[in-house]
Amino acid sequence: MSPAAYSRQELLIAAVTRLLEGCRHVAVGASSPIPGGAALLGRALSGGAMRVSVLGSTRNNFFTNGGVELFDCAAQGRVDAFFLSGGQIDGQANINLVGTGPYPRSDVRWSGSFGSAYLYFLVPRVILFREEHSRRTLVEKVDFISAPGVSALNVWRRGGPQALITNLCLFAFDKAKGCFRLESVHPGHTVEEVLDQTGFTFDRPGNVPETPPPDAAALALMRGAIRAEIAETYPRFAATAFAAGETA
Amino acid sequence: MNDPLMPSVAALAARIPDGAKLAVPADYSGVAMAATRALVARGARDLHLVCVPVSGLQADILIGAGCVSTIETAGITLGEYGTGPRFAQAVKAGSLRLLDATCPALHAGLQAAEKGIPFMVLRGILGSDILARRPDWLVIGNPFAAEPADDPIVALPAIHPDVALFHAPLADRAGNVWIGRRRELMTMAHAATLTLVTVEQVVDKDLLADDATAAGTIPALYVSGVAEAPAGAWPLNLWDRYEADGVTLAAYVQAARSDAGFADFLARWLDGRLKGGAVAQAAE
Repeated sequence: MSPAAYSRQELLIAAVTRLLEGCRHVAVGASSPIPGGAALLGRALSGGAMRVSVLGSTRNNFFTNGGVELFDCAAQGRVDAFFLSGGQIDGQANINLVGTGPYPRSDVRWSGSFGSAYLYFLVPRVILFREEHSRRTLVEKVDFISAPGVSALNVWRRGGPQALITNLCLFAFDKAKGCFRLESVHPGHTVEEVLDQTGFTFDRPGNVPETPPPDAAALALMRGAIRAEIAETYPRFAATAFAAGETA
Repeated sequence: MNDPLMPSVAALAARIPDGAKLAVPADYSGVAMAATRALVARGARDLHLVCVPVSGLQADILIGAGCVSTIETAGITLGEYGTGPRFAQAVKAGSLRLLDATCPALHAGLQAAEKGIPFMVLRGILGSDILARRPDWLVIGNPFAAEPADDPIVALPAIHPDVALFHAPLADRAGNVWIGRRRELMTMAHAATLTLVTVEQVVDKDLLADDATAAGTIPALYVSGVAEAPAGAWPLNLWDRYEADGVTLAAYVQAARSDAGFADFLARWLDGRLKGGAVAQAAE
């Protein structure tokens, strides 16, 4: 398969889907089309073993107890994986969804922390997702901690960061050391590029593997059922993210 | 006998006083945009907006129109259209008192109010700058732990809104309001002193008579006023009953980047020159 046989979004969806293996219930928050696509692909590949709730969706959201139910559900241990992003993410996996510069009069103000300060502690497998990989987004230290990556030993914490995926690469988070480790670099990119574009230090093995491309079965699902499902919540994304070409 | 039915949206909005602590729902839940227009038209001031748990167009317009002095929210977002331009501008100008929160904390504060207890506790939040910036949120030791100090937990004070304002599909003539699965609207009504609701339609049947609607209905006991407002969430969606008006939302985000653009949008929205898509036109 040539690199042009799949789109950047399709590569990311396939990579995120691999991180969700074995999950019984994956929840996807607001403004997350690629994680949403990955969760729906994971469900399709699981043969029905995985449940998915997509916030903002009517068809892919089975909650009936209002906005609080996702948080209660997570507190009960019934959400295995969730996605968080950040305007800034730092080397200790702290995320900032609030803004840059001094608080409260932020230079650039973002939306806000949403459920991050809570779900980061309650959901076992939190996958950080940020397409833009630059020294602007991946910083040494965030300007505002919406949710901390690690906690003191006496703080009750079931969950936390598992991985960080960007347009360039996939990092795993080492909870004991409190830092990221480079797992794989996406096809067409290099370790040097990752080093150059990352504002925090991270561990890496001597030989960094390439992120595996999506296989033909995953591509066929993405371009068929998944594209139609994701269009309900993200019509703009569904119209542009999937390659129209042959799948082989 | 109590008659919750109000003659107009303007009469309903007139019951929200300046300085009120006003609870409003997220865009997915049912936002009373027609009533918000009336609130802006009457020149409301000094509102303390409690977003349950986030807001978008409604908060951004109220902020831009100078109606809000304090905002308590887990986020301001217009979804695929971006963040609220007037919110960001007000933050930068320092003209808004910010109470940044996280979604479950806002739900918990309202739940404390509906139970009549002073606070609720929640896991998580510890070590965040949200907590550091909220002197009204306290860290206590779990009193049931062997060593309470070894199990810190965040205590969130009850949130008592003066008014809850939202939009729903149906009410009946007694003032019972059908909210389906949007249970946060029920919590808001329980917690607020005054609950004001706009609905697509007031129906003649009794919504409590049938179990299929009763379970998703706020009893009139909690409802202070209802006004009919067809397409009352426009330009936002009402659940999956009608879609958001993407053209108007995109135009808003573009216009609201500048003071002049926002002022022009506001003027056209207030005097009715701003026309919606099929949903809004069908309602006229």
